[in-house]
Amino acid sequence: MPDTTNAYDSSHTRGPGEQEYDDAAGYYVHGDPIQDTKAPGGPLEEMWGTRQFEAKIANPANRRRLSIIVVGTGLAGASAAATLGEAGYVVKSFCYQDSPRRAHSIAAQGGINAAKNYKGDGDSVYRLFYDTIKGGDYRSRESNVYRLAEVSVNIIDQCVAQGVPFAREYGGLLDNRSFGGVQVSRTFYARGQTGQQLLIGAYQALERQVAAGTVRCYTRHEMLELVVVDGRARGIIVRDLVTGEIETYFADVVVLASGGYGNVFYLSTNAMNSNVTASWRAHRKGALMANPCYTQIHPTCIPVTGTHQSKLTLMSESLRNDGRIWVPKSNSDCDKDPREIAEEDRDYYLERIYPAFGNLVPRDIASRQAKNVCDEGRGVGPEVDGVRRGVYLDFSDAIERLGRDAIESKYGNLFDMYARITGEDPYEVPMRIYPAVHYVMGGLWVDYDLQSTIPGLFVTGEANFSDHGANRLGASALMQGLADGYFVLPNTIRDYLAEGPFEKVPDDHPAVLEAQEAVRSRVQKFLTTNGTRSVDSYHRELGNIMWEYCGMERTEDGLRKAIDLIRGLREDFHRNVRVLGTAESINQSLEKAGRVADFFELGELMCIDALNRRESCGGHFRGESQTDDGEALRHDDQYAYVAAWEWQGEDQDPVLHKENLTYEFVEMKQRSYK
Amino acid sequence: MRITLKIWRQPNSTEPGAMVDYALDDVSEDMSFLEMLDVLNEQLISAGEEPVAFDSDCREGICGSCGLMINGQAHGPEVTTTCQLHMRSFQDGDEIVIEPWRADPFPVLKDLMVDRRAFDRMIAAGGYISVNTGAAPDAHAVPVPKEKADRAFDVATCIGCGACVAACPNGSASLFLGAKITHLGELPQGQAERDLRVVNMVGQHDLEGFGGCTNIGECTAACPKEIPLDVISRLNWDLHAALRHGH
Repeated sequence: MPDTTNAYDSSHTRGPGEQEYDDAAGYYVHGDPIQDTKAPGGPLEEMWGTRQFEAKIANPANRRRLSIIVVGTGLAGASAAATLGEAGYVVKSFCYQDSPRRAHSIAAQGGINAAKNYKGDGDSVYRLFYDTIKGGDYRSRESNVYRLAEVSVNIIDQCVAQGVPFAREYGGLLDNRSFGGVQVSRTFYARGQTGQQLLIGAYQALERQVAAGTVRCYTRHEMLELVVVDGRARGIIVRDLVTGEIETYFADVVVLASGGYGNVFYLSTNAMNSNVTASWRAHRKGALMANPCYTQIHPTCIPVTGTHQSKLTLMSESLRNDGRIWVPKSNSDCDKDPREIAEEDRDYYLERIYPAFGNLVPRDIASRQAKNVCDEGRGVGPEVDGVRRGVYLDFSDAIERLGRDAIESKYGNLFDMYARITGEDPYEVPMRIYPAVHYVMGGLWVDYDLQSTIPGLFVTGEANFSDHGANRLGASALMQGLADGYFVLPNTIRDYLAEGPFEKVPDDHPAVLEAQEAVRSRVQKFLTTNGTRSVDSYHRELGNIMWEYCGMERTEDGLRKAIDLIRGLREDFHRNVRVLGTAESINQSLEKAGRVADFFELGELMCIDALNRRESCGGHFRGESQTDDGEALRHDDQYAYVAAWEWQGEDQDPVLHKENLTYEFVEMKQRSYK
Repeated sequence: MRITLKIWRQPNSTEPGAMVDYALDDVSEDMSFLEMLDVLNEQLISAGEEPVAFDSDCREGICGSCGLMINGQAHGPEVTTTCQLHMRSFQDGDEIVIEPWRADPFPVLKDLMVDRRAFDRMIAAGGYISVNTGAAPDAHAVPVPKEKADRAFDVATCIGCGACVAACPNGSASLFLGAKITHLGELPQGQAERDLRVVNMVGQHDLEGFGGCTNIGECTAACPKEIPLDVISRLNWDLHAALRHGH
């Protein structure tokens, strides 16, 4: 890797936008700055209260005449649809799954953060805010993050009242645990399936509204286009995945809660069908896509075993509370039975390098160090393509200290899951883990109201870019999803809705016909290409490019190469993809083709965004920007901005709009976990 | 490994279906069952034949999307979801029969996909605790004894996959129903609607065309989340209590 660190003159102070390097020159066009105009000024503690008061209210009688489309039924979507239904609006809820209960929030294991300070260990709203800003490496908005911490407290109350069976202590009160990168116990959990239990709570609230007649659910429907009329989002075009029918739905406002796009990497911990299409179609209609390159790599996944692999399985990060991570000191020990490797021959590398945080360092650090030791040839487990990609996560000390029963009651289901997938017993032999793509912090740009740059289009949860900055703390994704859905959006959206109902859109409005035609012709094109390669084979190849060049570590050369490779592969895809079957029936290859086509365009933008950001921050490590001892080096004077990209058209360079991030309440510091 | 597959192919819910044979070479024992089907589908696509449609999403054993009858057993020979079943559970040279869930309230949509919306309708009939957003008391206002919280959690692990129905000779969804009744009925928050919940949910269950429970126990044997059979006793107990209370 080229060592250009010393070439960077850190003594010169530049304002954001004044870049010493412009690696992405030639790939993009400079645009006007963008800013959030919705957050009221004043003290952090008062902003949310002020905004709620200022946001207009639609009176209850009028709400029956106001309609809302919500796309996605995960934590953000189901909670929003349920809450808006309760408020009396007419809500239509869409998901591609056969039931709202199956949204991918269901797979989150570890827990949900809330500043309840039930442990009396010094936690507070301010500390959660501070930890989140710091964890995001100073690349998120103070206003949004403070609000997130503030409403976190209400989320737990809400979920408990719904019957979410959180873990409890013998006194009957809620239990907490600490989670990756944090030194207080603020994480509420339901064994290893917190996401499922929270989602079921939100889903049940949603079904309650279905019964009450305020929400109508459209399952097995996929959004394929956004309808924008006179500059406002007014509806969506969907494909009924069972009949193949292309249908149009109108509303006064559209909410995207369609999740993240980690599947651009093909192998990830995302559900197989998670995709970017809803967001990407909105992006093509004018919504800015912010920080697309911000990907979180999760350190504790089950390593890859072979080329047949369709996805990666995450093991909850809570395992790092009791498991000790190590590899052999010498690569000659890598193929030995780990139980036969003496204590002095083991390298507990996280405890060694980061004594204060040890095995609980943030995810990006844990991930990168795992990659480093494997790249050094000290990885363990089976060799795939000539490299052992795994490190041990060892519970033998914890089992000795706490007893097997205690470990079993804390992590039993995770241990069972591991045993099932690998065929090894983790109570006897240390687990093996390796990093995998898990979450994306990038997404559609939204203001404090969670409104995108298209009026009437709101974006929540993982689909928006807000709150997590360049990295996400463990147990914060569930918090953001529910905060947005239960508490933030229902309060901010009313300011927009109070102007409605908007004039009815005629069925034959040119914008509607254009959107319908765009969907039909896309579908037809895939079915008539008659090529030779399957959609999956392209997806896998795209994923390899993304992981190799836009994954845990990126370099200028690698990213340039990736852009060329993606462009070539995309062209080949459109010429040579083979999609069999018809448009008028269930056709999973057709569904995938549309998603992969959008992943190609997104993947290219991710590389351009990564190329532009010549700094290491959060989960994004740029090879050209590191300290002398190999730690991530941020450049606040050049890159303390949100990169919000505007679509200009196929084969046209995107426009970069920067939102400068200013820190009034927290001092920006280089992270150090040593 | 070399495997022969017999798979139910059905173009849609109205046309008839039939079993079709396929041969697969080079199956690795590390593949999940669904990855094995992915490999088959790649093979079919390159031969110009439509791939086999089946539901799957998280492939981590939690979303409940996947559901196949494998050699007559719901999810196959192990107590787990189909996505967490691995080919190491089979032998070289095996013949494997794959069908969709079998139950009238789960009509086949295509090949191995069925429509399970009846489950959503049962939840909508009362499988929730009525609390409006923002109207909740502090989470510590009502302590829940740990044993009850644990029990509620254990049964709340139901993923709604439908294996219980597919395994039941009567096509009953009593295990699914019992799990939800028990989950919410264990908690202090769930008491207010306990009577009404069970009456309405059981009513919807019967309306959907699910069969009655005759305590055969195939449901719990097939359940990937090991929901215990006694949730059905709880269901019956609650139903009788509700009827006694005049519902």
